[in-house]
Amino acid sequence: MSKIYFTEDHEYLIVDGDTATIGISTYAAGQLGDVVFVELPDTGKTVKKGDDIAVVESVKSASEIYAPVSGKITHANEALEDEPETVNGEPQGAGWFFKMTISDVSELEGMMDEAAYAEFTRE
Amino acid sequence: MDNNGLKRTPLAALMEELGGKMVPFAGYAMPVQFPDGILKEHKWTRENCGLFDVSHMGQAFVIGPDHETTARALEALMPGDFVSLKPGQQCYSLLLTDEGGIMDDLMVTRAVDARFEGWLMIVVNAAFKKENFAQIAARLPDGIRLDIMSRQALIAVQGPKTVDVMTPLCPDAAAMVFMQTMHTSIGGIDCHVSRSGYTGEDGFEISVKAERANDLAHLLLKNKLVRPIGLGARDSLRLEAGLCLSGHDFNENRTPVEASLNWAIPKTRRQSGGFPGAEPIVRQLAEGTAQKRVGIKPLGRAPAREGTHIHLSGEHVGEITSGGFGPTFNGPVAMGYVRSDLAIPGTALDLIVRGKVHPAEVAKLPFVQQNYYRG
Repeated sequence: MSKIYFTEDHEYLIVDGDTATIGISTYAAGQLGDVVFVELPDTGKTVKKGDDIAVVESVKSASEIYAPVSGKITHANEALEDEPETVNGEPQGAGWFFKMTISDVSELEGMMDEAAYAEFTRE
Repeated sequence: MDNNGLKRTPLAALMEELGGKMVPFAGYAMPVQFPDGILKEHKWTRENCGLFDVSHMGQAFVIGPDHETTARALEALMPGDFVSLKPGQQCYSLLLTDEGGIMDDLMVTRAVDARFEGWLMIVVNAAFKKENFAQIAARLPDGIRLDIMSRQALIAVQGPKTVDVMTPLCPDAAAMVFMQTMHTSIGGIDCHVSRSGYTGEDGFEISVKAERANDLAHLLLKNKLVRPIGLGARDSLRLEAGLCLSGHDFNENRTPVEASLNWAIPKTRRQSGGFPGAEPIVRQLAEGTAQKRVGIKPLGRAPAREGTHIHLSGEHVGEITSGGFGPTFNGPVAMGYVRSDLAIPGTALDLIVRGKVHPAEVAKLPFVQQNYYRG
């Protein structure tokens, strides 16, 4: 049974046990505009919470993506290399960035759930 | 002024109404994009007609007793041949420091109407218009004055279908060629129209009194070929067209020769001199410079932004000054300065993007063919 969390940096984590699928929220994708390039982390890499590990670029600018939790990168969504626009089309679906195993699930504490994130992004 | 201390152009409310996402730019609240998004806006302009509010740019008249006197006064500040301008003709020029550095680029137009004999209209960029107008005013000789138009809007309409939009509204303007201008009326609205722009496409720039700007914009937008376009697409359009962004692709530390803008210094001025920095610039024209502005094409998909270092065999040979994604080119595009011996299309270079080496090559500019109407 998976659960979705959101960070204040507008990343989402779909967590199932100790594995997480990470991308940017629908709200963030809308704010960013047309995505033209995604730089993904190498699989097998061990990362600490807060490390900058990926980059998403719109026509106008480049934004860093930070590791929302510590752990090991297990998959990178290579389909985004040829079709970065998937990030706009299905940000919380086929437009995921990478998957990782979480080394310390307590780092999820304090992250927002869907309702709290909706409130956080309400204009 | 709005709550954030930003100035608003006469079209700001309309831009918001059309869904423009307003951002601070050169002290103004300007639309960076509309609901279509930058990619679609960019492509729409290349295929149809985009409308841009460029009222933040600085418009002014330089007024003297007769054309030659006014033209000579401006020629003391810029390397253009203004004396030879025919009535209604426009040219691109550069405001130079005494060392020959580029403070700004601008358009200079000779008034058409005999009533305005001795008037030249200038349009400078928004970013430093106050400083640059002050600089011009301070350097004009007695008897010639700068008259800044503070209640004037400027609307650009750009793209291959623009002429179809303009023909029914103003057939005279639609008959002009690139860099020609005229005083006319569009739907009863008095305005000054030039066939020019900064997207690489055919198009017009229309100067109009602030109080009529909205009427004119509404009239143009009535045609379904016309859509509002934001600063985001304006930037990607000019970059694909190989055109410089003032303060980025050149600044006071770069001369026109380094900036590959030799064409903005006509032969007569190379011989006569008499413009700021003429001595170093004429020498550079003959002897070359250490670095030159070139087009740079990253060979992968990663855009290389302003400030990206350019290496060759591990050695620093230059920097990117403008870079991003070219929607029509369908890949990353950039411009920057490299060692002059490398300024040959096809030369392989390395770009250092976030610490990683990305292959690139020197590219011929523009990235997308310019489509000016020359008759």
